[in-house]
Amino acid sequence: MNPREEKVKIITEEFTENEEHADVGRRKKNSKAQRRQRKKQPPTTDPEDMVSEKSHNGSQQEPAQEEPETHLLGMTAKRGPRSLPPIPSASRTGFAEFSMRERMREKLQAARSKAESALLQEIPIPKPRRLRSPSSRELETEFGTEPGKEVQGTQQEDSQSYSRVKFRDPVRKTKSKTQAPPGFPSAEEAYNFFTFNFDPEPEELEGKKQIKGRDGSDQEEESGEELPVQGERKWFGDDGRILALPSPIKPFSSRPPLFTPAQSIKAELETLYKKAVKYVHSSQHMIGSGDPPGNFQLDIDISGLIFTHHPCFSREHVLASKLAQLYDQYLARHQRNKAKFLTDKLQALRNAVQTGLDPEKLHQPLDTTQKTINEYKSEIRQTRKLRDAEQERDRTLLKTIIKVWKEMKSLREFQRFTNTPLKLVLKKEKVDKKADEEVYEAEIQAEIRELLEEHTEAYEQKMEEYRTSHQQWKAWKKAQRAKKKKKKQAAEEDLDEETEELPAEEGPVKPIPPEPTDPAAIEQRVRERAAHSRRRPGEPMLVPELSLAGSVTPNDQCPRVEVLRRDDVKRRSVYLKVLFNSKEVSRTVSRQLGPDFRVHFGQIFNLQIFNWPESLTLQVYETVGYSSTSLLAEVFLPIPETTVVTGRAPTEEVEFSSNQHVTLDHEGVGSGVPFSFEADGSNQLILMTSGKVSHSVAWAIGENGIPLIPPLSHQNIGCRSALKRADAISSIGTSGLTDMKKLAKWAAESKLDPNDPSNAPLMQLISVATSGESYVPDFFRLEQLQQEFNFISDEELNRSKRFRLLHLRNQEVPEFRNYKQIPAYDREIMEKIFQDYEKRLRDRNVIETKDHVDTHRAMVAKYLQQVRESVVNRFLIAKHHFLLTDLVVEEEVPNISILGTSLFKLAEQKRPLRPRRKGRKKVTAQNLSDGDIKLLVNIVRAYDIPVRKPTASKFQQPSRSSRTFSEKHVTSPSPHSPTPSADFPLSQVLVRPFVEVSFQRTICHTTTAEGPNPSWNEELELPFRAPNGDYSTASLQSVKDDVYINIFDEVVYDILEDDRERGSGIHTRIERHWLGCVKIPFSTIYFQARVDGTFKIDIPPVLLGYSKERNMFMERGFDAVRSLSDGSYITLFITIEPQLVPGESVREKFESQEDEKLLQATEKFQAECALKFPNRRCLTTVIDISGKTVFITRYLKPLNPPQELLNFYPDNQQATAELVARYVSLIPFLPDTVSFAGICDLWSTSDQFLDLLAGDEEEHAVLLCNYFLWLGKKAWLLMGSAIPEGPTAYVLTWEKNHYLIWNPCSGHFYGQFDTFCPLKSVGCLIGPDNVWFNIQQYDSPLRINFDVTKPKLWKSFFSRSLPYPGLSSVQPEELIYQRTDKAAAAELQDRIEKILKEKIMDWRPRYLTRWNRYCTSTLRHFLPLLESSQGEDVEDDHQAELLKQLGDYRLSGFPLHMPYSEVKPLIEAVYSTGVHNIDVPNVEFALAVYIHPYPKNVLSVWIYVASLVRNR
Amino acid sequence: MAAAGPSVFLLMVNGQVESAEFPEYDDLYCKYCFVYGQDWAPTAGLEEGISQIASKSQDVRRALVWNFPIDVTFKSTNPYGWPQIVLSVYGPDVFGNDVVRGYGAVHVPFSPGRYRRTIPMFVPESTSTLQKFTSWFMGRRPEYTDPKVVAQGEGREVTRVRSQGFVTLLFNVVTKDMRKLGYDTGPQSILGLSPAQGIPP
Repeated sequence: MNPREEKVKIITEEFTENEEHADVGRRKKNSKAQRRQRKKQPPTTDPEDMVSEKSHNGSQQEPAQEEPETHLLGMTAKRGPRSLPPIPSASRTGFAEFSMRERMREKLQAARSKAESALLQEIPIPKPRRLRSPSSRELETEFGTEPGKEVQGTQQEDSQSYSRVKFRDPVRKTKSKTQAPPGFPSAEEAYNFFTFNFDPEPEELEGKKQIKGRDGSDQEEESGEELPVQGERKWFGDDGRILALPSPIKPFSSRPPLFTPAQSIKAELETLYKKAVKYVHSSQHMIGSGDPPGNFQLDIDISGLIFTHHPCFSREHVLASKLAQLYDQYLARHQRNKAKFLTDKLQALRNAVQTGLDPEKLHQPLDTTQKTINEYKSEIRQTRKLRDAEQERDRTLLKTIIKVWKEMKSLREFQRFTNTPLKLVLKKEKVDKKADEEVYEAEIQAEIRELLEEHTEAYEQKMEEYRTSHQQWKAWKKAQRAKKKKKKQAAEEDLDEETEELPAEEGPVKPIPPEPTDPAAIEQRVRERAAHSRRRPGEPMLVPELSLAGSVTPNDQCPRVEVLRRDDVKRRSVYLKVLFNSKEVSRTVSRQLGPDFRVHFGQIFNLQIFNWPESLTLQVYETVGYSSTSLLAEVFLPIPETTVVTGRAPTEEVEFSSNQHVTLDHEGVGSGVPFSFEADGSNQLILMTSGKVSHSVAWAIGENGIPLIPPLSHQNIGCRSALKRADAISSIGTSGLTDMKKLAKWAAESKLDPNDPSNAPLMQLISVATSGESYVPDFFRLEQLQQEFNFISDEELNRSKRFRLLHLRNQEVPEFRNYKQIPAYDREIMEKIFQDYEKRLRDRNVIETKDHVDTHRAMVAKYLQQVRESVVNRFLIAKHHFLLTDLVVEEEVPNISILGTSLFKLAEQKRPLRPRRKGRKKVTAQNLSDGDIKLLVNIVRAYDIPVRKPTASKFQQPSRSSRTFSEKHVTSPSPHSPTPSADFPLSQVLVRPFVEVSFQRTICHTTTAEGPNPSWNEELELPFRAPNGDYSTASLQSVKDDVYINIFDEVVYDILEDDRERGSGIHTRIERHWLGCVKIPFSTIYFQARVDGTFKIDIPPVLLGYSKERNMFMERGFDAVRSLSDGSYITLFITIEPQLVPGESVREKFESQEDEKLLQATEKFQAECALKFPNRRCLTTVIDISGKTVFITRYLKPLNPPQELLNFYPDNQQATAELVARYVSLIPFLPDTVSFAGICDLWSTSDQFLDLLAGDEEEHAVLLCNYFLWLGKKAWLLMGSAIPEGPTAYVLTWEKNHYLIWNPCSGHFYGQFDTFCPLKSVGCLIGPDNVWFNIQQYDSPLRINFDVTKPKLWKSFFSRSLPYPGLSSVQPEELIYQRTDKAAAAELQDRIEKILKEKIMDWRPRYLTRWNRYCTSTLRHFLPLLESSQGEDVEDDHQAELLKQLGDYRLSGFPLHMPYSEVKPLIEAVYSTGVHNIDVPNVEFALAVYIHPYPKNVLSVWIYVASLVRNR
Repeated sequence: MAAAGPSVFLLMVNGQVESAEFPEYDDLYCKYCFVYGQDWAPTAGLEEGISQIASKSQDVRRALVWNFPIDVTFKSTNPYGWPQIVLSVYGPDVFGNDVVRGYGAVHVPFSPGRYRRTIPMFVPESTSTLQKFTSWFMGRRPEYTDPKVVAQGEGREVTRVRSQGFVTLLFNVVTKDMRKLGYDTGPQSILGLSPAQGIPP
């Protein structure tokens, strides 16, 4: 590969990289696909692989494989604790803490396992995780998502690096251990141990020695083969090391070190003044700093206080309170009605057993049914026991109530007064005795039955046991007997022994057969119990009712002690203090104690708080008389949950008690002192002061209904746990939800009673959890709902043509960007829709040479294609950024001048005599469709059209038929035609030109005018169609079509065969001869809105039969007077109707490697220039091909032109310069605006330009300027605007005394004062070290001064304030030129000729196309001459020679010259000349191609086409 | 292909631009046009229209009534890009210049039935107070480059708008073959609503 190609390749690579960067957006879209791909990758470590590998390694012990093994083991060790089975918890109530506790335990275990990992390694237990079934694992990989895996991966990495250090030794040991019996070191190990082959750690060894010493094992043993550690599991591991936790001492200090003791000690001891700071609420209880303090409110409602015991209680009061308590208890029990619930449950269970036993309903295998039945039975048993207990308790309670009531009654009778209004009424509820009895009996019978069953079962079991044991006993007995026989024989020898032996040989006791159950006894028992605990049948149900209907004996009827007591009670009063966070915030009013020892407060305290409450306390104070106040007790109130708000809070009672000792000298029983109800003082009781505070605490609701609750701070675990208890779901919390599966499993295992109301929330939770999804993954996943949102699977999405089409359209892939009406079904989508796209994708890296003939150019084309794509993609991204002006049309703020003119306008005449042209309204190219846009071409006039030469000088008298028809007519009516002299009456030939405009295969032409300076003044209208019907700006910008304006000469031949008919008929044939063309790209028209001016017509250097000169003096002398200019010109006005808004370039800031200061300066400079002359081009920075901003002067640097060109005219400076300019112009032109859709102008350096062999004006100009600099000329890059290019770049050179303006694309040069110079305005000049902006009044090159040294005329970028920093050039040191392969050029020449000939034949499908070989070879011979003379000064010789050789032919033809880029433009050019259109029957053609190779593969192509008509 | 079922579904919309409520302005007219996705094509009817100029009624309601009919049928292969109707209301300002009084857009209802839609209208705001004054003075209020901007979400973040007025539209929607193409837009009959449910009394 030659270096040039290499370079191209490098650039390509660079570029593709850039492309990737630029396409973030696109990649995002693809990211999903990528993720999917990653997902499909096999997991890096398959658990099963791990196991197998491990076992392999374990058995075959290869030292080389140590590394991977450690890795694996390290991982299993990490995983081990994780997958430990959950600790089953049977407690229902503690469920809330269950998951938490369990996780804590897991964590603990995990932590511990790190320490014990060595131990874990010893016993390679297969972990449960690895024993999973393959299906479950698959499930995991499927859902499973690599977020989890990635996390694992990172963890693994950590643990690997950790474990690699830590586990190496244990691993080595385990490995060897698999061979050696446990506890015994292998030979290798022992060797390693004693040769200190493992990591030598002296202190541990030392410690080991010490311990050994303590063990008493001597030095001898240590040095021996056997290790002393075999039995010492406690202290030593198998590796012979002490089993110890890792050393807690860190290798480095965790405290910050103290610096510079000498200085800082003093500084540290110094007292620092610190301003007193206000108490800032600790963050724990601080609620959102933004909230105004006191915004939250806690309402504490203290309704009252009841003493359950008070020192002033009389005996009756004690009993009364006891009764009241019992009654409360009774009520509570009654409400719960546990006995009823259990009875129902029992009934349900019995039914279940019944159905279970029913053989018809057996669905399940027998054993499971049996099992469940057994379970039910045990349940029944338990429930029955519970039920019995409950019933008994109920009954006892009732009995106690009655007993206490009786006691109270007797007491009242005894003391002859009543203190309490309590009154118990026992209501008897009659029951239907018969029914009752039946139920009772049925119940008993059922119970008996069950018990019997139970007993029989037990009996059978026992029988079984008995039998087996009996058998045993029998066997034993037999043996015993046999023994005895033996013994008897031996008895004679040793009697003593026998006696001793016998008690020892006691043997099993003879089993007692179990007694069969006695149904009568059981019945007896059951009935007893029933009688005891149950209401007898027929006995009325007793319902106690406690009322306060009784009357209290008035004071005057009471004994004195009682009166004293009552007085004492009256003196006492009670109040409560409310403490918030152990600070008193308020207190209740002091209320007198009532005779019933109830105090009613009914006060509500609104606490305005802004801290989360830590504690709420009530203190009960008692005041006796006016003196002493004593604290009775403290009551702690729970802090309400956030759901509890005022109005909804239930009143709760909180009990308190005090341990004070009070002895009173009246009837009051006192507190803490023994007293007795009995007269004899026996049966003493000690009661303490106690009571209940009824209150409610709730959060207040604000005015707008928002509860004034401070947000929960997360540290407040206490509060949260209080909260949690309320609701099962919240108590388990989000963390608990992950364990849902376990929870459900546990619930199933523990056979929660679903009917138990206390289980209701739990059951609900489980049902919620299990109904939706049975599988709850135990990993965390990002985008966990992604799968739910995928409406079809990805594979299906990819397979569907329709979805693919939609997707591609959404991605704005060029082929599909404007695809309309995507069919609803796949089957309606043709496969070929994708073909182009796929081909493009496929060909992206394949270079095909079909179209290009030349491989190098093919590569370049490919590369350009890629650059274009990436830039377009960038543009597409940028297109989605909008500015206000894109969306909203808004008038600008008028300044004074505009205001002035608008005011002036008011005074203006409505219809001025000389109306001004008004600007057309611009149309945004959005709601346009085909046919809306027209291209208007106004062809005004032309100058200096080549005129026909007198036909063949060889024939003075042209033949009749070939005599042109026009001659006769044209010559006579033109009085001003320069043919006054009679010397050449027939030689004066004129021309009848017309103009044909072709655009997008639409052709229009003007009428025919006459003479070399015709004036048509005609408007041609051509329709415009945008590609794909997409009239968006981006699409319009990329329209590549050109407008061809061809000038033809209409030649009319008289072909009337018969002279006699001349009077009556005209028979002529019209031929058109191509004279020249002007090509204007549509993009130019689009961007400039109109193209107006006089253009040079591109006329071939030789036009057979025509002459460019004004041939008025043709015959007179050979020094024909040339016209002032070299060419022919045409005046045109082209515009688009309606006017389109040209797209703006991308507002994108490119990164740069320039100095930031320089960039700022450029911005400033450009802003200043734009302010003064907004229309003049000012360029300081440009974007290079990699998309970076580069300062423009870096592009200018003297560069060597090819040596060949220099050798051509060694001593003619000017000729060399022209040759160089020609060379540059031969590099094909490729406008940026077309390739990059008006996005931005990319500047390539000269070597890149030469490698690419394509570029626009800037690149051409830069290269030419660099050549001129190398040639020692003073040269500048000139940025301005020209016709028809619009904004462009030219080169300005200073010759000895005048300036020359070079058009780098055509190679032509003009003097400064040349009126036909296409350059119309000059914006700025750029030299290798500075930039000058034109600040003169005019910008036309004719009227400006190019002396850049004058600061008044040229504003320079680098000046004294900002000196030129000496920027290095981006250009290469030297350009290297390769000689172009001549053979390849010749081959290309032949191929092009062949292609063109074929094309011409194709274009003439109805006629025979004959090729005149003789003429062709003549032409071919002629072309090199044209090249060497650059198409000048050859015409006459050429013509003469041709005439000489082909005298009897009427020739019309011309050579076309163009730089070679690819074949297509050549074909187009030939087509546009219309040579093939001639339809004379006997026409012949000649076509010759010549390629002249210049260095660096620059090819100059000449095509000579001619048509020949034989003269007869 | 015909045997295999339809390849497009049809959406017929008729109704009218009933009335408007612009408390500050009078003598307004409105334009409407439809914005739809690439897979949509109008098959019949007008997709653009411009109404007469209506003055406020003399009664208390002060309503501007156009009763300007809409009747258009679309065909499509894909519900993406469901048609939206874009309304723009214009009226003369103090100096007699036609200025825009509101833009608004709403999707054509999805399921067949009769619907009444009230669209709040808005206009782009001037970028500065001075601009506001001059635009008022010159009679060139800020306008959207294309009224269809209000039917798209892209690029809206650069604009500031002010809400003014409401326009009430009535739609009668008929669809064909939606269900055959697999799109269930949930006809109201399932919900047990009467066809007139859409119209408040």
